[in-house]
Formats: sequence, structure tokens, C-alpha cells
Amino acid sequence: MRRYVIKRLAQAVGVLWAAYTVSFLVLDFLPGDPVSAMAGAGMDSGQTDPAQLAKLRHEYGFDKPVLVQYAEYLGRAVRGDFGDAVSTGRPVTSTLADALPQTLQLTGAALLLAVVLGGGLAVVATYTSRRWLRQLLLSLPPLGVSVPTFWVGLLLVEAFSFKLHWFPAFGNDGLRGLVLPALTLAVPTGAQVAQVLAKSLLTALDQAYVETARAKGADRWRVHLRHALRNASLPALTVVGLLVGQLIAGSVVVETVFSRDGLGRVTAAAVTTQDIPLVQGVVVFGALIFVATNLLVDLVYPLLDPRIVVASDRRAGFA
Amino acid sequence: MGTAAMTHDAPENSDARENRDARENGENVTTPLLEIRGLSVSYRTRGGTVPAVRGVDLDVWPGQVTAVVGESGSGKSTTAHAVTRLLAANGTIDAGTVRFGRHDLAALSEAELRTVRGAQIGLVPQDPTVSLNPVKRIGEQVAEVLRIHGLATRRGAAAEAVAVLDRAGLPDAAVRARQYPHELSGGMRQRALIAIAIAAKPRLIIADEPTSALDVTVQRIILDHLQHLTEESGTAILLVTHDLGVAADRAQRLVVMSQGKVVEAGETRAVLADPQHDYTRRLLASAPSLTTARPRTPVPAAPAPPLVEARNLVKEFRLPRAGGETRTLRAVDDVSLTLRRGQTLALVGESGSGKSTTARLVLRLAEATSGQVLFDGTDVTTAKGAEVRELRRRAQLVYQNPYASLDPRFSIGEVITEPLRAFKVGDRASRLDRARVLLDRVALPAATLERRPAELSGGQRQRVAIARALALSPDLVVCDEPVSALDVSVQAQVLDLLAELQADTGVAYLFISHDLAVVRQIAHQVAVMRAGRIVETGPPEDLFSEPRHEYTRELLAAIPGGRVPAPETTTS
Amino acid sequence: MSQSLVDDQAEAALGLGRPVGDGSPAEPGRPAGIRRVLRFLIRRPGLLLSAVVLVLVVLAAFWPDLFTSQDPLKGVPSQNFRGPSGSHWFGTDELGRDVFSRVVHGAQLSLKATLIAVLVAFVVGGLLGVVAGFVGRWVDDVLMRFVDVLLSIPALFLSLALVTALGYGTVKVAVAVGIASVASFARVARAEVLRVRQAVFVEASRSCGARWYSVLGRHVLPNAAGPVIVLATLDFGSSILAVSALSFLGYGAPPPAPEWGTLISDGRNYLANAWWLTALPGLAIAATVLAANRIARALDGEWARQR
Repeated sequence: MRRYVIKRLAQAVGVLWAAYTVSFLVLDFLPGDPVSAMAGAGMDSGQTDPAQLAKLRHEYGFDKPVLVQYAEYLGRAVRGDFGDAVSTGRPVTSTLADALPQTLQLTGAALLLAVVLGGGLAVVATYTSRRWLRQLLLSLPPLGVSVPTFWVGLLLVEAFSFKLHWFPAFGNDGLRGLVLPALTLAVPTGAQVAQVLAKSLLTALDQAYVETARAKGADRWRVHLRHALRNASLPALTVVGLLVGQLIAGSVVVETVFSRDGLGRVTAAAVTTQDIPLVQGVVVFGALIFVATNLLVDLVYPLLDPRIVVASDRRAGFA
Repeated sequence: MGTAAMTHDAPENSDARENRDARENGENVTTPLLEIRGLSVSYRTRGGTVPAVRGVDLDVWPGQVTAVVGESGSGKSTTAHAVTRLLAANGTIDAGTVRFGRHDLAALSEAELRTVRGAQIGLVPQDPTVSLNPVKRIGEQVAEVLRIHGLATRRGAAAEAVAVLDRAGLPDAAVRARQYPHELSGGMRQRALIAIAIAAKPRLIIADEPTSALDVTVQRIILDHLQHLTEESGTAILLVTHDLGVAADRAQRLVVMSQGKVVEAGETRAVLADPQHDYTRRLLASAPSLTTARPRTPVPAAPAPPLVEARNLVKEFRLPRAGGETRTLRAVDDVSLTLRRGQTLALVGESGSGKSTTARLVLRLAEATSGQVLFDGTDVTTAKGAEVRELRRRAQLVYQNPYASLDPRFSIGEVITEPLRAFKVGDRASRLDRARVLLDRVALPAATLERRPAELSGGQRQRVAIARALALSPDLVVCDEPVSALDVSVQAQVLDLLAELQADTGVAYLFISHDLAVVRQIAHQVAVMRAGRIVETGPPEDLFSEPRHEYTRELLAAIPGGRVPAPETTTS
Repeated sequence: MSQSLVDDQAEAALGLGRPVGDGSPAEPGRPAGIRRVLRFLIRRPGLLLSAVVLVLVVLAAFWPDLFTSQDPLKGVPSQNFRGPSGSHWFGTDELGRDVFSRVVHGAQLSLKATLIAVLVAFVVGGLLGVVAGFVGRWVDDVLMRFVDVLLSIPALFLSLALVTALGYGTVKVAVAVGIASVASFARVARAEVLRVRQAVFVEASRSCGARWYSVLGRHVLPNAAGPVIVLATLDFGSSILAVSALSFLGYGAPPPAPEWGTLISDGRNYLANAWWLTALPGLAIAATVLAANRIARALDGEWARQR
């Protein structure tokens, strides 16, 4: 088990390094000249004089050979230093750290809603023997993945803030301010959870071990929860792991719609001002979240599925 | 819960009384335990309702084994599942009664039925590899039956489960109970499933093809044990099987089903000795295990020159590394064999014996670790490029699974002409002509050319695969379990076809099979493999009458149907 | 990925129409095939409606004048903020421009962006996947590690990074969205190629002497294409969403252009008094995505049966 954990950790670090490299390649080399972009963005002064550009270029090390630049940046990134945001001059790392709590609240609440609502929908839809209810419930997830998040957010604001005045339309204040944004963010995620779980539940209910359970005299609820759901939740768990990264990214749209402060707003602003160090920090942070959740899922998985331990064990492949 | 418990009690009490009555009556029971009358079951599909079982009558007597025999699609499995209404979601019982004790199971409510399932009727399912919940421990799964029917407390159930597993013949039951299904072999899993079935001491066990997924030697042990259990406890068994041999060995009563109907029923001995129905007779004639040596291949006059010679073949597979050391598995271990022109060499063994790997080495579909393969005198062990293509032209392969070996998007014409295309033989028209000839050879109508594999039955597909193998007029065709996925009557036809083609074209077969009975009919030479080694070689007549190796004897003894006196008419 | 869920039993009628046994021959001729497709559609009104919606969107993208004669860019200031009515189906905006006309003309920009995105993802991802799956060994390892890395960066972040690098504009946004979904195409294509490559019939073809390119072209690609095409259809829907999200954030075509996401973003400022400015263009996006996903599901069901 420890070997397995160490191996997975090493893989995670490898992916992070590669993600950093990709973002470096994309951001620092794809367009013609990042410096003039930065200069234009940072100073808002239409004209920039060549001397100043050269100074900037030197400051950011763009006059050095590519590999040297890369090595220097990577060396600093390993120590958690992604440079200073061009627009504010504050370090990228602390800018992100300041914005993070708001966003974690939002995404955490959204994840909870998505799993509870999506999972519940899937369980009820596959359990019920009423055909109309099943059809109705199962038609919701495809709808949920088809609607634009920002549109859902705006409609919710219109209905619950402007018409009914139940929840605030904008801002970060308190639990009431969290309800609409979290719900908005939970719609596509919950829909995907529901789709995956319902599908794997239906698959599980078709398996031979379910018949064995029925032959024991188990009632439907027992068969559904103790046998089918237990097996079906495994693929759903993997999907949830993949969705966490999407939730963080989704905060860009949702925080913009609800004018909430947070990582998403910082990101949107960074893209608008072409603040390359900040965007790079966000990209690597996104990868970090993704890698971390998947590591977590991988470590939890063997506890839920006894077959996995063996696969990393000696007799792999010959079970 | 309250109402469920009420209904739970009522039938059980009365049944318990009845059970006692039956026991008191002892041997002279006058009523069957299970009495099925006029049972009809159908499945709703998109194309409409498809009847699967039509007006079936069937009795199971206390303490007896009743076998239901039939080919796939005969409705035998549906009948068995209809007893406790464990049908697929789209299946419904249209008519009939299923009297068990004093209840009509077909009319009970779902809640009442649950008190019967597991408690009074146990089920041993078809495929042990998928019938246990993969994420629950074995002991837990056995204990669940006891818990559901209130036969043990939470704590007591665990200990009881171990005892039941022990009774089901699982060695080290206490250890196994703590393991998960994937940690057990197929045979052990089937014992765990038997434990689940017998845990609540039911009066009837329904065993649906309980051993068809297992190797023959394991099959015998499991069936022996099941029989032993019933003799001990007086439990009745409804045994569903496609294998007439198994039924003949184990059952007191035999029910033969075909196309959803019972065509014949009666005492096993009587049915086998004097089959009344045409279908039963046909089934008897084609069951390989019941017929003694009916050679389909004429013995060639002079010893033919060798076509394939394998010398000391070894194939090792590297296993995933563990603890820093590389480990290897010797799938083929020092195998030497000779196949002569125009003859058939059979490689026999159970799963994992290395017989398929050996064949793949001969065809150079896999690379030998060491050893040598001579094809028609030339060393092809390390053949590359053009040499391999030349070998492909002369040596072809027929696979076990006719459902997987044909590209679903190809028409049959394209399938058969593919080898011709690959070697640029003739033009389109002449290739299609050849395909027509080949189809005729394998007794399929020329119209088949336009059809797709999905439109053909398993037997027809295997004929197509054979036609494809023969397209280039090869010297050698390797047949990898070519009939094991087919129903017995179709098996017989395909074997006949293979023998006939050999007589006509002089092709040699390397015939791989787990089934000694099949091999007996077609081989000139038989090599028995176990754990990568050939343990015994010889002509079938010697090997079957005087097996020299212990393992060969074991295999022969495991062939079902051995206990039935062979019909006198055939000569050996 | 695949979403064959709601009625995938019903979906597959096309695939299962013919008998599997050795019974009736029923030659599937052309006219019968068309009739079967029609019957298939008529039994599923939702699918038929989806097809109609997509056809309308495509028509709007290429011939917007079929639907409206009003200018999407010129407004009548005196007629601003009119609610939906007979003369202005989707109402008018703050400058008195006809919103319906803007949505119709916006289809062109949005559809173009979406198609570019799907094409980039399909071609690049499909190629990566096929090469990785068919060549195998170290090539597979290298390509798939790269794909893993792409997958580890949340799609929207990757698109945003690309937009930062490439700059604003419809085509650039489209390319950014396309590259962000390269990874999933590569994965599916590779998985399918591997699945088919290991199929018995492929080995059968190899063992009867077919050369590798003929195995690839005649067996592997045709049998592996299905799920990739299904993914492309699904990706069509998600690309519309991604493209419109990016243009909602303001990275798409510059202001007067009526891109769908931009329309909603503009309407957001008048949420309290002119609901139609956000609700109706959003409805157009949702309807298009829903239609594409519905069709993907139908395809998925069919392909699943064919296997």
C-alpha cells in the first residue's frame, strides 16, 4: 500500500510539472510578444516606448534563451513563486490565496448539492416502478447538461432576486448570498453525476449477483441499496473526482454572473488584462486541484472496491 | 415492515408443518414437492411479445434430482427462473400454476414470495464468476440469507455462515469467509453460491447450469458434492443443463425441452433407454459424451510425411513485477509434437493448460521463448515478413467464438474473400466465384454472400469461418475449440463437416479442445496437456482404452454420461 | 462520456430491426432503409424535433434572410425595450434592435466557432488517439502522458490560457475551445482502436494474411469510428456552451457582432426590466445544445447495438 501511495504521489508531481510546462509553452511562446501585451495591459497608455519595453523584457528575463528562462521560472515555481501579477504588482501566489476561500465555499457547496441532488435523482429514478416518474426524472439530467450555466444563473437572479426578493442577486455576503451561485454551479455537475450514477445503477441491476440477492429473498430496497448502489457508486466516484476541476473552472462564469469575489473573478480579470503570470498561476492551480482530487479518489477507491488492491498487488492480471 | 412480517410468518408456519408431514411420510411421498402446470412465459421485446415457455408441465419429487435438458433457447432456464418469478424485467408469466407445498407461487404477492426465495427454494446460478457481489466478503453474502429470513442474529450469522460454507465443501471456510469473490477460483465461488443456496435449509434447490462455466474435473467434484448434500438432507434439486451426459449421471427424472415445450419426461433410465420423441433421439445421437467412438475420420493407409513439427517449445510470459523481482509464467513448457499431412492432431487440456498458446506459437501469432517450429520442413520459428506471409497462406485458423471472429461490418462475401484479397488472388469476380464454391462446400446457400454476420446463427457463422480458412486451400487449419460455443446438435454437424472437408481436400487439423469426447471423434492423434506440458500422446483408441497417465484417467472419468450404459449398437 | 440512458432501449430499433437468427432474409434495400429511418424518427417525437431544431439553426447560419428581414445591427432608438410581440418576436434591445434578428444572425458566428472547435478537437485528438492505439509501445506512452496532462488542466482554464495567448475573436476562441477538448477525443479514439485491435476478428484478418494498413483501414477504423462520431456530436453541444461562455465573458467577437454569448452578456445589464434580452437568446443556445445531445444519444444507442 505504501509503495502504491508513493508511486501515485510521484505521478501526481509529474503531471503538475508537465502542466506547468504546457502553460509555459502556451503563454510565453504562442503569441508574438508577451512583453508588449503586458506593457499594454499594465500601463493602459496606448503608446509604449522601446526603452521601457526593453527594460520590462530584461526584468522578466525574456531576453535570455528559452531554456534558461524556463529553468529559472520552474525553479521559482517549485518554491511556490509564480512571480508578480502585472496589473497589481502583488505576488501571484498571495493573490490566489486571498481569493481562494470564497471560491472554495462556492464550489464546496455546489459539489455537495450536485452529489446529493444528482445522486438522489438517480437512485429514485432507477428504483421507482412508476414509468412516468422514471421518465420524468431521467429527462432532467440531459436538460441540465444542455443549458448554459451563465443563463441559468441570470434566470435564477431574475426570478429569486428581482421578482421574489428571496436571495441577494450579487455579492459575497453570507449563506443567503451563496444559495443561488451554488445552485447555478451545481446544475451541470449534478446532472452529470445523475447521468453516470443512473447508468451504472441500471448496469449493476442487470448483473448476475443482483439475481443471487433476489434469490436469497432480499427485498427491492435492500437489493437496490446494498448490492446495486454499492457497486454503481464506484464509477460515479471517479466522475465526481473529475468534476471537481470543472467546478473550480466553472467559478469563472458563476462569479462573473453574481459579481462575487473569488478565484474566478481574479481569473477573468487576468485574462482580460492579459496578465500572464496570474493566468499561469491559475492554470497550474487548476491542475493541482485536479491532481489532488484524483489522488484522493485513487486512495479511497481501494477501500470501496476490494478488487483494486489486488491489481496493485502481486498477482495482478491473473485474478 | 409490520405487514411484511405478518405475511412472512403465515406461509412459513404452514409450510413448516407440511415439511414435517412430508418427513413423517418418509420415503413414500405421494405428492410432488413442486408441481408446474401449463406454465407459459413470454418476453416483451421491441418486435412484440416472444413466447419463451409454452404450456410446460413439470414435477419435482422430494429428495430427487430432476433434470431439465435442452439446447439454448429451449426455455429450460426461463422455466427454472419462473418458479420463484426471478425473471428478467421484461418477462411475464402468462398462464399456469406453480404449486409448491400448498402455495401457488405464480399467484403469491411479491412480499410473500420473498419468504419462499432463499428460505425454501435456493438458487445456484449459472456463472459463478459474476454471481457474487464483488465488493462484499463471502461470509457476509452467505450470512445475508440467514439475516433476511431471521434465522440468525447479526453476531450468530457470521459463525453460522462459516459452518454453511464448510458444509458446502469449501476448504478453510473460516478464511474464505473473510475473502472477496475475486480471491477465489471459479470452483470455490460456485461452492460459495451453493452455500448461499443451502444456508436456510431449503426444500428445493434450483441449479441453473451450475457447472457449465467450470473445467470438467471441477465440474465433477461440484456435482458430486451437490448430490451428496441432497442425499444427506433430502433436498430436491431441479437441475437445468444443456449436457445430456450430466443429466444422465445425476438425475432420477429427466425432462427434455425444445422450443419452449416439454417434448418428453420420465425416469432417466427409461427415457435414455427408449426415447419416444424424435428430438430426444436426435439429442442422444449428437451428444458427444454419450456415444462411444464414432470415428468420423478414416484412418489413412500409409503414414503421411510430417507437416508441422514442434521441438521443445517454450513460451514464457512476464508477470507484473512484485517486490523487485521479475517473475515469469511458463505457459508452454518443453512441448514437442508432430502433425502429419492430412491428419488431425488434437491438443486436449483444461483452461490454462497452454493448448491455445501452443497453437499460436505454431502459427507464429506469438513468439516462442525457445524451441523450434518446422512447417513442411522449413524452420519458421523466427520467420519474418515475407516468410510469415507465406506461412499465413498455408496455415489458417478457426476460432472458438464465431460471434467475435467475423467483422460485424463485413458482408459474408467480404469475410470469405478477405484472404484472397490479402494475397491478391484473382480479381473481384473470380474471388466471389470462389466464395460461392466455398459456401457450397460448407453447405450454406449462395445467397448468404450478401448477408451480415449478425443475421446468421452461431453454427452458420462457424461454417463461414471455416470457409474463410479454406479459401486459400491451406495445408493446415488450426481449430481453436471450434465447437465449444455451439449447441450439441450443431456441434455434431460442424464436426461432420470438418471430417468431410479433410477427406476431400487433405487438409491437416491442429484441433484444440477441452472436451475429450469431441476429440475422440475426430482426431488421429491426441496430446493431453496440463500446466504447459504434454503428459501423454497417442492415437485415441489407445488413449481412451488404456490411459497411461494419471491425469488422462482423471479427465476421462470426469466426462459426464459415464454412468449410463452405452447403447449396444455402436462398435468400438 | 456516453449518455445513452433515458431510452436507449428504444433508441436501438434501427440496429436490431433485422432478425438475428437464421430466419427471414429481409434484404435491407435502400428504400426500406429510408422508410425505417422515418419510422424510427416518427416513433420518437423528441428526436424528430431535435433534428428540426438543428436544421433550422444550420439554415439560420447560412441563410439568415430566410427567417428575418430586419437588420441585426441597425436599431430604431424610439422602439427600444419593446417586449416580445408579433412584430418583434424576441422584443428589442436598448438601441431598438430586433433581438430575434440578432439571434438569427448570431447563429452564423456561433455555429462557425462551434464547427471549428469540433473540427480541431476531432482531427487533432482523433489522430493522436489512432496513432497511440495502433502503434502502441513507447509512442502510445508518450502521447497518452501528454493527453493526461491536457486532461489535468480544467477545460475552461486551458481555453482561457489559450485566449490569453492568442487574443480575442471568434476564431481564436473556437481554436481555444477545440484544443481544450483534444484530450477526450484522443482518449476515446485510442480506447476504441485498442478495443477493436484486440478483437478476435482483427486477429483473424491478420492470421489470414492481411497487411497492417488493410487491417487498419478495413477493420479497425470503421469499427472504431462509431463512438468517436458520437463524441463529436456530444462535443458539438458542449462546444456551443464553451464558446458562448467565453463570448459571455467578453472574449469573442467585438461588440456590435451578435454572438449568442455576447447577446446574453449585453442583456444582463437590463435584467430587471427587460427579461427577454437574456432569456430568449439563452433559450436558443439551450435548444441547440439539447438537440445536439439528443441526436448524440440516438447515435450512441444505435452504435452500441451494432457492436
